[in-house]
Amino acid sequence: MTTDQQYIKVENAEMVFETKKGRFHALREIDLSVAQGEFVTLIGHSGCGKSTLLNLIAGLLKATSGVLLCDKREIAAPGPERAVVFQNHSLLPWLSCAENVHLAVERVFGANESKAQLKARTQAALELVGMGHAVNKRPHEVSGGMKQRVGIARALAMEPKVLLMDEPFGALDALTRAHLQDELLKIVARTKSTVVMVTHDVDEAVLLSDRIVMMTNGPAATIGEILRVDLARPRNRVELAEDRNYVHCRKAVLDFLYTRQGHVEKAAA
Amino acid sequence: MVSAVFHSPLEASQDAAAARASNPPAAPVARPAPVPKAPRQPFDWRSLWLAVLPPVIGLALLVGIWGILTQNSTTFPTPKVTFEAAVKLFADPFYSNGPNDQGIGWNILFSLQRVAVGFGLAAAVGIPMGFMIGRFSFLNRMLNPLISLLRPVSPLAWLPIGLLVFKSANPAAIWTIFICSIWPMIINTAVGVQRVPEDYLNVARVLNLSEWKVITKILFPAVLPYMLTGVRLSVGTAWLVIVAAEMLTGGVGIGFWVWDEWNNLNVKHIIIAIFVIGIVGLLLEQLLVGIAKRFSYDD
Repeated sequence: MTTDQQYIKVENAEMVFETKKGRFHALREIDLSVAQGEFVTLIGHSGCGKSTLLNLIAGLLKATSGVLLCDKREIAAPGPERAVVFQNHSLLPWLSCAENVHLAVERVFGANESKAQLKARTQAALELVGMGHAVNKRPHEVSGGMKQRVGIARALAMEPKVLLMDEPFGALDALTRAHLQDELLKIVARTKSTVVMVTHDVDEAVLLSDRIVMMTNGPAATIGEILRVDLARPRNRVELAEDRNYVHCRKAVLDFLYTRQGHVEKAAA
Repeated sequence: MVSAVFHSPLEASQDAAAARASNPPAAPVARPAPVPKAPRQPFDWRSLWLAVLPPVIGLALLVGIWGILTQNSTTFPTPKVTFEAAVKLFADPFYSNGPNDQGIGWNILFSLQRVAVGFGLAAAVGIPMGFMIGRFSFLNRMLNPLISLLRPVSPLAWLPIGLLVFKSANPAAIWTIFICSIWPMIINTAVGVQRVPEDYLNVARVLNLSEWKVITKILFPAVLPYMLTGVRLSVGTAWLVIVAAEMLTGGVGIGFWVWDEWNNLNVKHIIIAIFVIGIVGLLLEQLLVGIAKRFSYDD
């Protein structure tokens, strides 16, 4: 089976928000293809619409114009085949970790599988992210990193075609973040998921991605440049720190963000 | 609230845990035999002292001022006389000498029954209505002016309408409670629904949950704390209203009893009634605070 090079396809997408203060042109002329099994990150300064683009792919927002396809079908609404890991984990505080995951599992597999199978899936997903010990805890009883793991488990448990992550590690401390990034690399290597991830962390982008999509500053942001990261997997952050290719990629992203796209922020400040 | 870290999720507070321990058959989860507790810590007299002393001082101050002011009064009873009357009154709270002479216990129970019926009807109508108003902005815009218009109306203004429609005192009193206690429940439930975090609804959209699941797993638990606040306010209002309504409608009830004692110029009993009304209101409030605690969650 050949992998689909245009598994996710965004063609000439525009996004205009009608706000109380008038029209806000968030995104213009977005063209992007993501291959099956590819890991793509969206990076850019805050307010550049990278989350908006992710929400378009998720179906949570509807593009003002343009075409969005996933597996050759139009993206019209959100659905479990495009699982989202939210920035603030968005676990339901009145459900235990297992119940949070089970809610997703039940929705996707409930029609065809027995209760025991659903339970096994829930447990397996939590164990995949190293949360097998805390199934009966409620979200407020576990740390921020653990909540984010459960959020990832909830997304993975649905066996989605695409995993969409909106700054999943943004709220975590540096050590926890590094740890979860490594975990994510292992999980993605195992599940061969197609991932689109929003981040503002250059190291995270280079470490995780096959391609980095760099976005220009808003309003009316678009894709400025796409960088291919040719680093062998599995990747090791310690070894990569001195890898010439890694340093080169990192420099290219920094150059884009701070030399070419830095001026708007300066003007605004 | 007390953190539930050391309990299973169902036991949101230690109160609930204690209640369950005293009533094992009602426990929804099977639990292993009680584990022997850690050695008891020496009893914390200081915090008990701090919890009990200030309220006692406050009460003593009230009674003290009352006593000083009524020392030489011939019309207003002293605390001592009132207390003696209360002892006599509560010695036989459930006697019944015809419809106009019943024990204070009956009067309280009749009032509570009216409150329960009126409030129950208000909850049955108000909570679903609040959900609808919160969920559909068209309904919100349609009904908001009406609610704003009707909510500030004094309870007693509704009573003649009730008398006119029902042609009887008891349903009219219940109607008055219904119409006065419905607003906090509608408004709080609607606000709760509107304030359900967008993230939770996005989760529902991504998971593509059925409307039933959205209601039971997301909307209802998210709205519950707001709803219970509304219920609490409503019960408070209902208890305020019943006394006033009963004064006008008569029959058996604590409000009517106050009016009756005024006609008898029995001021001692009026003061006792004020305390009784206050205490019953306090207990109702505490009961609902307890329920609200049981169902609240930490984010």
